[in-house]
Amino acid sequence: MTRSRIVPDPIARQPWRIIALVVAIGAFGQIVLYSAAGGSLQPWALSQGIRFFVLLGAALAISYVPERVWKSAALPAYVVIVIALVLVELVGAVRGGSQRWLDVGIKLQPSEFMKPVIVLACARFYDMLPPNETRRFGAIWPAALLIGIPAALIAKQPDLGTALMVCGGGVVVMFLAGVPMRLFIGGALALAVAAPIAFNYVLHDYQRNRVLIFLDPESDPLRTGYHISQSKIAIGSGGLWGKGFLNGTQSHLDYLPEGHTDFVFATMAEEWGLVGGCLLILAFILVVRWGVNVGQQATTRFARLTAAGLATTIFFYVAINLAMVMGLAPVVGIPLPLVSFGSSAQMTVLLCLGILMSIDRTNRRVSRR
Amino acid sequence: MMRRSPKMVTEAMQTYSFSRRAWLLGTAQAGVGLLLAGRMGWLAIAQNEKYNLLAESNRVNLTMIPPRRGWIVDRHGAPIANNRTDFRIDIIPDRLEGGDAGRDRVLALLARLLDLTPDDVERIRIDLDGAAGFQPVQVAENISWDRFAAISLRQPELPGVAPTRGFARAYPAGAAVAHLTGYVGAANAEQFKKTHDPLLVTPGFKLGKDGLEKQLEPLLRGVAGAKRVEVTARGKVVAELPTRADVPGKTQRLTIDAGLQEYAARRLGTNSGSAVVLDCRTGEMLAMVSMPAYDPNSFSDGISHLEWKMLSDDDHVPLMNKVTQGLYPPGSTVKPMNGLALLAAGVGAHDRIVCSGALRVGTGIFHCHKKGGHGPLDLKGAIEQSCDIYFYEMIRRQGYDKIAPVARMVGLGQKFDLPLATQRYGTVPDSEWKLRKYKHPWTVADGLNASIGQGYVLANPLQLAVMAARIASGRALQPSLLASHVHLDAPALPVPSEHLAIVRDAMYGVINQGGTGAAARLLVPGVAIAGKTGTAQVRRITMAERRSTGVIKNGQLPFKMRDHALFVGFAPHDNPQYAIAVVLEHNGHTVRNLDTPMIARDIMTYQFDRDRAMKALADVEPTWGGDIGTRMAAQAAAYRAAQSPPPAANATKTDATVPSDSDAVEAATDLANQTQAAMAPVAVTGDAEPADASDPSGRTQP
Repeated sequence: MTRSRIVPDPIARQPWRIIALVVAIGAFGQIVLYSAAGGSLQPWALSQGIRFFVLLGAALAISYVPERVWKSAALPAYVVIVIALVLVELVGAVRGGSQRWLDVGIKLQPSEFMKPVIVLACARFYDMLPPNETRRFGAIWPAALLIGIPAALIAKQPDLGTALMVCGGGVVVMFLAGVPMRLFIGGALALAVAAPIAFNYVLHDYQRNRVLIFLDPESDPLRTGYHISQSKIAIGSGGLWGKGFLNGTQSHLDYLPEGHTDFVFATMAEEWGLVGGCLLILAFILVVRWGVNVGQQATTRFARLTAAGLATTIFFYVAINLAMVMGLAPVVGIPLPLVSFGSSAQMTVLLCLGILMSIDRTNRRVSRR
Repeated sequence: MMRRSPKMVTEAMQTYSFSRRAWLLGTAQAGVGLLLAGRMGWLAIAQNEKYNLLAESNRVNLTMIPPRRGWIVDRHGAPIANNRTDFRIDIIPDRLEGGDAGRDRVLALLARLLDLTPDDVERIRIDLDGAAGFQPVQVAENISWDRFAAISLRQPELPGVAPTRGFARAYPAGAAVAHLTGYVGAANAEQFKKTHDPLLVTPGFKLGKDGLEKQLEPLLRGVAGAKRVEVTARGKVVAELPTRADVPGKTQRLTIDAGLQEYAARRLGTNSGSAVVLDCRTGEMLAMVSMPAYDPNSFSDGISHLEWKMLSDDDHVPLMNKVTQGLYPPGSTVKPMNGLALLAAGVGAHDRIVCSGALRVGTGIFHCHKKGGHGPLDLKGAIEQSCDIYFYEMIRRQGYDKIAPVARMVGLGQKFDLPLATQRYGTVPDSEWKLRKYKHPWTVADGLNASIGQGYVLANPLQLAVMAARIASGRALQPSLLASHVHLDAPALPVPSEHLAIVRDAMYGVINQGGTGAAARLLVPGVAIAGKTGTAQVRRITMAERRSTGVIKNGQLPFKMRDHALFVGFAPHDNPQYAIAVVLEHNGHTVRNLDTPMIARDIMTYQFDRDRAMKALADVEPTWGGDIGTRMAAQAAAYRAAQSPPPAANATKTDATVPSDSDAVEAATDLANQTQAAMAPVAVTGDAEPADASDPSGRTQP
């Protein structure tokens, strides 16, 4: 690859394509937030924009952290976060009926960090596991334990969405690590059997309600079903080209609840239509595909599993959020990364991207050598 | 423990497996992405129309504008029922928030903003408890613009409260037209459940509940308009959108003369009675008054339990339209008609009967109202003097079956084609009728009773007016109430004009030639009234009473036992233009001013000399406590004071039956039937010189 001599090497060597893609998504998110505030930078778009570029800078900085640091930090970080989750359970602040927050000067939500860290921890475990052991029982139970402990703690908060994402991230790493396929098929079948039982005996009433209402939103159009109904109305009324920037009625007249956070996609779709929605979905698919490709090109087992796992974590965010706002999944409180207002998810996703860029940097250094 | 894998796994194999599985993962992710895009396409393209509609119905709040109701005007275009602008406040129970606490907060705020009394608040509370959720409950009506604006401004704090600027029905003449127009009111739950027309539960919408308002509802209603505003999810109005105007209902012109109607209502004074005036050239009804009556204005606002109870308890039955629902023995008012029938049966106009004061038929004695008798009388004299013996004897000779067809011909027992919900058409008895109804053969006594308009004979005041108009015109006039439905071209009655002339002349004599109705003589120069008085007894006078104390005078009897007083007539006698019937329940001829002849005289005077009529009214009205409004207010205050009502009595009576169907009306008409049943087989009554409290005699068979 020939490079221009005018642009200094360290700048030219940045992964510009992915940065451009991420900035495009983030900027679009700020435009949507500007509209959601009724055509105002306050209270959301400006602070979100500042935070976005600060965190993006942090992600670029993180990308210089070498792979071996991630490798050695994986399990300690995991232990720290599990301890934090236990602390949350013991002393955490209750907000909106669930105990998710740890107040240490700034409010921290440890479960949010578990999403990337579970990927790192599982990748580290399979990295340490000799190849021979992959298809034995010893390859499964420690990973299952690694996933099960934080998932159980998070589910108890209760935060079903995050717990499922943590499970998903871990299981995907197991899958990529080569755990026998029949286990996943069997697991899927077991899940199909267990789901109704869990639905009746494990879920909280409000969670059960959400699932029931997801199955039939019109049954409760004024309370819990209201979110899904209004979100579908916003998306459906947007049509092909949308109602135009700043012309959304569902969001501007407050019919759409959480139009700047979890349901920001509906706000966007109302004004930008199917075209805007598909472009956004495409951008996310490109980001995820880049992440998976980073994994394909990685040289070490840890890097491969980590990269593909983190890409999948981003994918889960997007897929669950979109399925939720389109009425394909129950309302579980997973925001749309880079677009929804709020810092936790944005931080997590940019952390994932930082690690992915770090692996990417290593890959390119190896290929240049 | 897992079964041992058959092959060794190497690092190279692992790498291969990873890239295969990563590819699978990537493909699955792309697939999910496509699925989501497809789902979005389904929502945004395939179902776009549906969701657009839902978004619009979110955004746009559509409020129906109740159509302005068509006016009801009199024959000259003067309003009998019109609309006044009205600012009103309602509560929609379904839209109240925050349970009982929220409701109390809203009521407290409303009470402060509108200066509601604790009684009002209690009334609203009870109404809210009783209302179906979608039915608006009225808080206040006809409030000032300032208060209306204050409520509108604070609407976000007042969930469930609906301020409406609209029109309310107004009846300028109040109670005087109550039984003509009926009244309007909010639709009831059943009506809404039947049609689910949202207009029915729109605050401020009223529909006809009784009378013409009900009968003409489809014509008067009009088409609702719609006000569209853009609102936020919290109900805050963001922008006004184009509004669709309402289409007002059509104005309905009546044949009624509003001035005459109101005059007649006032002239009836404290009587429980009715008056009907017909144009005896066309059959048009010029006045149709039943008094006392309720005030249709307050009925339309929603009547309280207390008001309803007061109206129901009143022995003057203000809820009944006596013109068509009241049935009375017509008494001597049938004698001109009897005359027509006798002439048709071949009785000579100058054939005489000697009245000795009593007539023995079989074992019974029938008395004339004049103790010593009238001496020899021909037909004219018998009508003028209202001699009972003449008609007893003549009809005994001819048989009542020859009289009944003529009675029907002049309108008795007939139902007319009028937009009135209930017409009770009474009875014209004959031998066949009695056999069918009572399974007994007709007796001579039955015929004698019927011959003086007692016994089985029952008629309503409208029929009596029609009888007068038909005798006056010689044509089979049909009464009409709507200007668009006047029955012109009424055929001539099958009666020789000489017969009519004889009877009309006799009726002229009743008033002007020393007959029983001298008090009705018109004071308008050149115009004379022809008529016939009547008295209908509602109790049996026993032989014992007659022997020991003499017949008890009406003034000493309880109200319900007094005689009915009746009058029929027409004027001018030589060129009849107007026919009249006045029927006063239990009047008893006790007060001259309030007796039939003078009332009929003044009402008729109004048609020829309005000033003189008004002056006559002004002279007498103060003697009975003032005009209708004054007396009704005094009565209501007295009733309220006497009852010291519990708060619940102020609650709006939502289940109030339509007045013409109410229990009080049923009871009153039952009484008429009982009277008929009780008296028919045995009792006979006479007639009296009215208004002088002279001896109104009755007769019994031993």
